[in-house]
Amino acid sequence: MEVTLSVNGTSHTLDVPDNALLVEVLRERLGLTGTHVGCDTSQCGACVVHMEGRAVKSCTVLAGQADGTDVTTIEGIGTADELHPMQEAFRECHALQCGFCTPGMIMAAIDLVRSNGNLDEQAVRDGLEGNLCRCTGYHNIVRAVLAARDNM
Amino acid sequence: MYQFNYRKASSVEQAADLQANAADGVYLAGGMTLIPTLKQRLAAPSDVIDVGGLDDDLGGIDVGATVRIGALTTHADVAASGEVRNAIAALSDLAEGIGDAHVRNRGTIGGSVANSDPAADYPAAVVALGATVHTNRRSIAGDDFFRDLFETALEEGEIITSVEFPIPARAAYAKFPNPASRYAIVGVMAAEVDGAVRVGVTGAGPCAFRSAELEAALVDGLSVAALDGVSVPSGSFNSDLHASAEYRAHLVVVMARRAVAQLA
Amino acid sequence: MADTRTGIGAAVRRKEDARFITGAGRYTDDIDQAGQAYAVFLRSPHARATIGGIDAAAALRVPGVAAVYTGADLAADGIGDLPCGWLVKSKDGSDMIQPPHPPLAVDRVNYVGEPYGVVIADTLQAARDGAEAVATDFDELPAVVEVATADQADQIHESVPNNQCYDWELGDRAATDAAFAAADHVASLDIVNNRLIPNAMEPRAAVGDYDAASGVHTLYTTSQNPHLERLVLAAFVQVAPESRLRVVSPDVGGGFGSKIFVYAEETAVIWAAGKLRRPVKWRAERSESFLADAHGRDHVTKAELALSADGTFLGLRVNTIANMGAYLSTFASSVPTYLYGTLMAGQYKTPAIHVEVRAIFTNTAPVDAYRGAGRPEATYVVERLVETAARELSMDPAEIRRRNFIQPGDFPYETPVALTYDTGDYEASLDKALQHADYQGFAARRAASEANGNRRGIGFSSYIEACGLAPSQVALSLGAGVGLFESAEVRVNVTGSVTVITGSHSHGQGHETTFAQVVSDQLGIPIDDVEVVHGDTGRSDYGLGTYGSRSIAVGGSALTRATEKIVAKGKKIVAHTFETTDDDIDFEDGVFSERESNRSMTFAEVAFASYVPANFPLDELEPGLSEKAFYDPGNFTYPAGTHICEVEIDGETGVPTIVAFVAVDDFGHIINPMIVEGQVHGGLCQGIGQALLEHGVYDEAGQLVTGSYMDYCMPRADDVPSFTVDTTVTPCTHNPLGVKGCGEAGAIGATAAVMNAVTDALGVKSLAMPATPETIWKALGSAA
Repeated sequence: MEVTLSVNGTSHTLDVPDNALLVEVLRERLGLTGTHVGCDTSQCGACVVHMEGRAVKSCTVLAGQADGTDVTTIEGIGTADELHPMQEAFRECHALQCGFCTPGMIMAAIDLVRSNGNLDEQAVRDGLEGNLCRCTGYHNIVRAVLAARDNM
Repeated sequence: MYQFNYRKASSVEQAADLQANAADGVYLAGGMTLIPTLKQRLAAPSDVIDVGGLDDDLGGIDVGATVRIGALTTHADVAASGEVRNAIAALSDLAEGIGDAHVRNRGTIGGSVANSDPAADYPAAVVALGATVHTNRRSIAGDDFFRDLFETALEEGEIITSVEFPIPARAAYAKFPNPASRYAIVGVMAAEVDGAVRVGVTGAGPCAFRSAELEAALVDGLSVAALDGVSVPSGSFNSDLHASAEYRAHLVVVMARRAVAQLA
Repeated sequence: MADTRTGIGAAVRRKEDARFITGAGRYTDDIDQAGQAYAVFLRSPHARATIGGIDAAAALRVPGVAAVYTGADLAADGIGDLPCGWLVKSKDGSDMIQPPHPPLAVDRVNYVGEPYGVVIADTLQAARDGAEAVATDFDELPAVVEVATADQADQIHESVPNNQCYDWELGDRAATDAAFAAADHVASLDIVNNRLIPNAMEPRAAVGDYDAASGVHTLYTTSQNPHLERLVLAAFVQVAPESRLRVVSPDVGGGFGSKIFVYAEETAVIWAAGKLRRPVKWRAERSESFLADAHGRDHVTKAELALSADGTFLGLRVNTIANMGAYLSTFASSVPTYLYGTLMAGQYKTPAIHVEVRAIFTNTAPVDAYRGAGRPEATYVVERLVETAARELSMDPAEIRRRNFIQPGDFPYETPVALTYDTGDYEASLDKALQHADYQGFAARRAASEANGNRRGIGFSSYIEACGLAPSQVALSLGAGVGLFESAEVRVNVTGSVTVITGSHSHGQGHETTFAQVVSDQLGIPIDDVEVVHGDTGRSDYGLGTYGSRSIAVGGSALTRATEKIVAKGKKIVAHTFETTDDDIDFEDGVFSERESNRSMTFAEVAFASYVPANFPLDELEPGLSEKAFYDPGNFTYPAGTHICEVEIDGETGVPTIVAFVAVDDFGHIINPMIVEGQVHGGLCQGIGQALLEHGVYDEAGQLVTGSYMDYCMPRADDVPSFTVDTTVTPCTHNPLGVKGCGEAGAIGATAAVMNAVTDALGVKSLAMPATPETIWKALGSAA
């Protein structure tokens, strides 16, 4: 079937299998490998992207459901020369180690900050319950999100 | 995933037609339950009928004498609705605690109640508040909706269009999440609706139910003290790695107490 | 003002982050080869069964399926077993028994998820459909699941009577018995160290490629040590000789031990790529990771501590049954022995110690090193026992530790269990931790909690670890199959930039930054002029990879040796240019200068001169500026510290909340404090996970009950607090940087601190891990 999505501001019309997942379209058809797959039960959050501006697990969205939507991935929020404040905060606060959960974590954190007025530490911790990190113990991720909150 | 035909429905009627004509058609709303099931090859439908685009028919929040929430309304939208919070804050709190942020951005109230997942949150509100589940064919009383584990009063092909909640005098929800999955091990909504105390429980049994023991204890009003020494039978409760039936029975009373305490 | 320092000791922001935060990291699953096929493994649904037959006819009819291979196909092609690289001997001097471990099971399967075949197809969908179409005739046998009774159960492997791999001991039994006979008090504990499933966030993956023109096999895989992978695949499995086998381990998304080992899947993938003359790709589903990644821990232990009436430790006796799972994974045998029994002295002067460990096979996934590997288990035994003794003798838990600490003047200190600690100051860490934890104020905080119907407890863990694996001579004498040195190469480019090639492997540790800091500091050049290369056997000579907190202690030392050689060569070049001798040349801050004159050359000038060798005396001075070093450590390093956990327990539900966690660690000198703190945070979270959340559970039939994130409880952001992390410093005495390593400390120390706090709060002697709300709730009932 044919789907049309706008990904990071560029429109793509693609012929995909009926059972294709959004994450497969992003990684395998568009080469956007920054979005990762870390589990098969929709729990880990490594695949989080923005669809219509909201954080979603791209492993749990069919390509057909994404038809006609605007999708933003980690590749679409900033560049090495001009980082998004959340990317900058992750670097500055050492909020990543192996980097595998990082794109999903950053995309989740951006939506978290945007959707919540006054985030404190507990609200950040609660708000990130959909993203697993095995490296950082979350300590520096929480610091980074709180730092970015003030710069976004 | 097995292969299937993906069909995007253009109207509720067309969705029902697609389902009727498919060898084994299933409806897809947010997909937070169905898609993981498909990914694990635990289901092999011939057709997946996406009703997610039918916002005009299945969306919207309507707050008046009751709170009517369109089946496609996401948990995030319910949680963020000031109107809902003014009318039934317990429902906002419940929606705010479902799954994680990403699940709340996609998961819908219709999908949540349609499965009779024993660990879903909304069913507690449906039975506690005496909601009405509206479908494309009829209206079903909340008390009659959940039949058993993953079994509801819905007939083959029937589509939930909205869930309508009476506005309670008071209501509160308390949840004890599964530490791994974050689904409810026990969730209790205590409410006073039309002068009667109603207590809905999810997570503990095969499907959501009203607790006769808790309602009897609270018959004279929602007070924490009235729950002292109360216990609920654990015989029919779920038991798993995370919580035995006995522990769930204990938690039902504790969560009831915490829900009631919120109303003090 | 922003800190702009970049040398040793500076909190330099990481160089590698630029790609990770923009989605430009390149992990194995991001690598695709033209024309690649996809592999899906056939996995046993049974814990123990014989295979009557495998009918692949229907699978081969699935459109797109290229091949179905079974264990017999690999065996017919001469593919060897997956070996265990460490030979442990039993008490009686006999070798451990290593059962056959074919990469794909041939006629028997021994755990749920064990691969016995692979389906390869044009698409992943076709490979999955094909795998489902394979009809396998299993004859199920009773599963052996319970490790404590496995020696009485059915024999799993023909060659292994009583399912016992070895029966090992360490220490002086007679002296220990005598100490117990003379003791005023004996504290004893029965301990289960729960099975953990590592769960690096990146699932394992492999892409195999074969170039028929050159005969070179290339394997991209998620490995912590690509050279070891190549060695095993070449020498034992015999896929191809090392000269025609390249292993690339690109960005790797965490390992924690689970990616040290050589597994069936990458073996089958690289073999199949050669067989099919076509690239083959596999990426684990998380469900497969749960079933078939090597698990961790899983000990059953009885431990006793003999004390005098004043709390002085007299003797320690430990008897452990260690679950190996169904087969011996790559380093499995060493974990409950040389990485466990040797640590039983802890930070204490216990004079007599005797440790017995029996390693037992069961029908469960193989168990091997997981963050800390043996040392968390040892710390748990020692520190739970010390806390128990303190309670039984009504002593302050800080005081009983202080009384028994090895003192700064005692170093080098030879323990009764085969290690020689080089240095340490255990009281310094304890004192600092007590201060951070406001130990004085605990009683008031406990009273406040109790007034609210809750419980509150505080727990200590004064751990030690042996890291910087490992002195090859020691390791080889104890049965290791490989040396454990490390290599480094420093290539100075013509215009003065430097390429560093290390045998260490970074999968989150930040070597591209810390190693660059070391070189930048030692050569006096900007950090941006240093690029660190790792993870490719095609680019570096050899290396032993990253595990056992060894990268900076061993890899960093190799690097230091190489930069020393660069400086020495640079002096020769400068001496030649100035027509003097190298003894007259000093090197500081990137400048070579003649001591007795004002003549000097910058590092970049020397680099250029080395590659433009005008009138070099070629018999004395070669052109070029590139040096290699292999560093073999003289001893282990001994990071140590004190962790203090404070926990509050909901009196109604049993839910534990960690309200404060203090970790004070001595890692010797620190290259990058920001990175070190991050390593500690992550380790603490995993240690807390073991104590409160994580448990790999098999049912009686050997089915894995906790096979997904729905049931295996991973620590999430709201399960842990912000940590208070601090350090003390006694520099390592035997490596050039004075460093000890920091990767495992958090996971080693934290678990005991948490459980000491939980049992303190509950007023119970012991509690099973993980201390889930229900476990605690039951204890609340029984303690009330």
